[in-house]
Amino acid sequence: MKVKVISRSVDDFTRERSQDLQRVFRNYDPSLRTQEKAVEYVRALNAVKLDKIFARPFIGAMDGHIDGVSCMAKNPTQLKWIFSGAMDGDIRLWDIASRRTVCQFPGHQGAIRGLTVSTDGRMLVSCGTDCTVRLWNASADNLMELSNSTKNSVEPASVHVGKNAYLAVDHQWDSELFATAGAQVDIWNHNRSEPINSFQWGSDSVISVRFNPGEPNLLATSANDRSIMLYDLRMVSPVRKMIMMTKTNSIAWNPMEPINFTAANEDGNCYSYDARKLDEAKCVHRDHVSAVMDIDYSPTGREFVTGSYDRTVRLFYYNSGHSREIYHTKRMQRVFCVKFSGDGSYVISGSDDTNLRLWKAKASEQLGVVLPRERKKHEYHAAIKKRYMHLPEVKRIERHRHLPKPIYKAAALMRAMSDAKKRKEERRKAHSAPGSVTTQPLRRRRIIKEVE
Amino acid sequence: MDEGQENQAIITKKKPSTHQDISDELDLKIKKYLRGEAASFEDLKDRKLKRQLSVREELYGNAAKAAAKAEKWLMPNEGGYLEAEGIEKTWRIKQEAIAKEVGLVNLRNLYDIVLPDLGPYTLDFTSSGRYMAVGGRKGHLGIVDMINLSLIKELQVGETVRDVVFLHNELFFAAAQKKFVYMYNREGTEIHCLREHGAALKLQFLKNHFLLASVNKFGQLHYQDITMGDMVGNFRTGLGRTNVMEVNPFNAVVGLGHAGGTVTMWKPTSSAPLVKMLCHHGPVSALAFHSNGHLMATAGKDKRIKLWDLRKFEPLQTITGHANTLDFSQKGLLACGSGSFVRVMNDVSGTQNYSNYMNHSMAKGYQIGRLAFRPYEDVLAIGHSMGWSSILIPGAGEPNFDTWVANPFETSKQRREKEVRSLLDKLPAETIMLDPSKIGTVKSTRREKVTKQERETEIEAAVEAAKSTKLKNKTKGRNKPGKKMQKKQDAIARVKRPYLEEKINEEQNISQKKQKTSENVELPKSLQRFARKKSS
Repeated sequence: MKVKVISRSVDDFTRERSQDLQRVFRNYDPSLRTQEKAVEYVRALNAVKLDKIFARPFIGAMDGHIDGVSCMAKNPTQLKWIFSGAMDGDIRLWDIASRRTVCQFPGHQGAIRGLTVSTDGRMLVSCGTDCTVRLWNASADNLMELSNSTKNSVEPASVHVGKNAYLAVDHQWDSELFATAGAQVDIWNHNRSEPINSFQWGSDSVISVRFNPGEPNLLATSANDRSIMLYDLRMVSPVRKMIMMTKTNSIAWNPMEPINFTAANEDGNCYSYDARKLDEAKCVHRDHVSAVMDIDYSPTGREFVTGSYDRTVRLFYYNSGHSREIYHTKRMQRVFCVKFSGDGSYVISGSDDTNLRLWKAKASEQLGVVLPRERKKHEYHAAIKKRYMHLPEVKRIERHRHLPKPIYKAAALMRAMSDAKKRKEERRKAHSAPGSVTTQPLRRRRIIKEVE
Repeated sequence: MDEGQENQAIITKKKPSTHQDISDELDLKIKKYLRGEAASFEDLKDRKLKRQLSVREELYGNAAKAAAKAEKWLMPNEGGYLEAEGIEKTWRIKQEAIAKEVGLVNLRNLYDIVLPDLGPYTLDFTSSGRYMAVGGRKGHLGIVDMINLSLIKELQVGETVRDVVFLHNELFFAAAQKKFVYMYNREGTEIHCLREHGAALKLQFLKNHFLLASVNKFGQLHYQDITMGDMVGNFRTGLGRTNVMEVNPFNAVVGLGHAGGTVTMWKPTSSAPLVKMLCHHGPVSALAFHSNGHLMATAGKDKRIKLWDLRKFEPLQTITGHANTLDFSQKGLLACGSGSFVRVMNDVSGTQNYSNYMNHSMAKGYQIGRLAFRPYEDVLAIGHSMGWSSILIPGAGEPNFDTWVANPFETSKQRREKEVRSLLDKLPAETIMLDPSKIGTVKSTRREKVTKQERETEIEAAVEAAKSTKLKNKTKGRNKPGKKMQKKQDAIARVKRPYLEEKINEEQNISQKKQKTSENVELPKSLQRFARKKSS
């Protein structure tokens, strides 16, 4: 007869010395674990509740401007700095970690409408309503020298005066050209004092301009006549024009899919378009109740941040119709500009109340050094939340956000209005001959026409 | 030279003969880890979702493969076995014969403890198999550490003790005494006296839910949450006094065996049993559930032991024999005890056809009270009228434990961590259902006809939900009871309205169909003048 009985010696299963780690033995057999799904569901519920407990997105405010912040610019080579321009002509460079002004760039007489930094980080370009474009030396070593010395302000490298007020500026990727928007779109070179090229289509002023990160010669602009225009620097005439029902305040190209851009519109929605096909939006992002003033993509290309006239900052996923997160404070008034930080973990918003605010991109994220065990736990929580997200209890807790009362009421009102419209449309359809009444999808509805 | 050849022979015997065998073995294991069938994406029209889900399914496949490989290569221990050679039969092999072949370490687990004065003993093990609680009928309670074989604490309570059960770890145990159920500490201090349970006959602990279930002299079933002490459910079974109660480890459903031969299954949130099945011609004397949740063994006074498939509620096998107590081991061995005789049965290669594996007969006067397999060991503990014994049953226990599930070599720090984590993962009592995999599934949209009963249950559930919504407490004289009642009735009417509309629509459809069919019916010539003429 052959016999074997399970025999375990205590030494094999316990540690030798107290300095050793405890031994861990694993058996992944599902029959050892009963009711796995119920346990996972309870853990998903707890994870979602913990998220809510740890959701503290506001880090701090950068105080210093004496008028509303109108625009911001990131230095592509430096993670820790951000430039901001105010309505009284004050440009400041902030150190994000200490939330202090590193140095100031005085000189502009009126409101600053556009700020941009060249791709190599050396030149800062600013333009404003005083009809000037100023170029400043913004290289890191230069400014570090300055901050060490007592003098805290910089002289501009050059000043160019124009005929009309300038409303926006953007720098071309990896080159010395930048574009300004005002009465028309002007293309400048660092070393020239006059624009080397000019584009105009229609007689309305151009309010924003953005160069494509993937295709450096392509730029998108939006004008006061509710249109979005695409230009190519190598061609004489503009490439495409698309007219919508309301004007677009700002445009941002997706850094990971440069063929797509998202336009922040005056009607509270953001429209994502494929630049090759402008007759239909790829996705309509709806959640703001008032005009969206500024939009910026995360460096991952997977989400973007919008700042709106309704005093909130919202974060959207690049392909979802509704926001995943909303940030608001009683002290934050109309948000005029937002930027995603260079590493994608922070969001900076500049608003009318003269402050720049620093927020976390993921509200319940643990900042700083995360131990491997903690990271594993966070990943596990993310995975089970994703698996049970559709269940009502988990969804209810995850979706819940406190909204300020005016926004809550405004959103309820808009919902009631759109429901009423939809109901009326459905009844019209039901009572008329089939096929005679067609509704366009929202992706097309807001576009009036596309012009070559 | 000869030894080398012998070794070669042994080595070649161990290796599976072809590559195909290895992959077949792995395939079986992978199936186990996949936990069911993959979802089919044929009907999905949303391409983005289809892509995301197929990526996830691939990840599941990879995880199952990795787990199967880990099981094959990385497990520290292998299971026990008993193979008879030649014409020898395994059930004729006695414990003494096994004792000769087995090492000293295992001989410690083969003993008899004789305590003749204190009555028949019941036993219970913690889930890791390290600690055992014993209770003698005459009031002897004790906790034994099975690895060191030391008595941690014993106490004499001075009254009848009918059952003992460990709570979530070895620090607490509950004893069903003469009038009430008492909870004790590892030190032997009485912590709680649970009066609502009354004179309990049998106790069971639901591990994941922290519920203590008891059935008492009057046939009442009580569920108590021992974390906060609230009584989650108490039901009158209506079927009389019974002391046959077991918990199904797969879905935490409590099974009771009654004197009429019926077995009922209960959950704490409903006052009617989930299932009521007639199992035996006489009273049910013992009940046991297999850990996979599909198999149930019942023994009746009609000298039958039946094995049931719990998915179809059909008997799989009937064995003649008495059994006062039944227990399944982790590896699926069934132990039946009656009188002073223990019979252990095995299903050959998982076919669920149980046959005799081992027998053990004790001295004539010993009446077996309770059988319990020790988790993670090849040991069967027998509680009888003269004390308790322990015998070796090779192949009974799971050889490899998981530290995060149950660790026989737990330190006190690990035990404290585990207690906190299991409290965080405590399942609410509402999650107990016959099919535990239903949690997290989505109700399919109603395409086929819903039966009347289903619709009625839906309406009931919706009305219950409407009734239980809380109304705002208004002040300044706006909180009149008449208005409150009106609001509640409005809410109920609003909830019922879609079902009523559906009913009306259905009736309209039926009447339309009837009209249509009636038009198609061929009338005899004499009656055609009375047929409804279609307007041309």
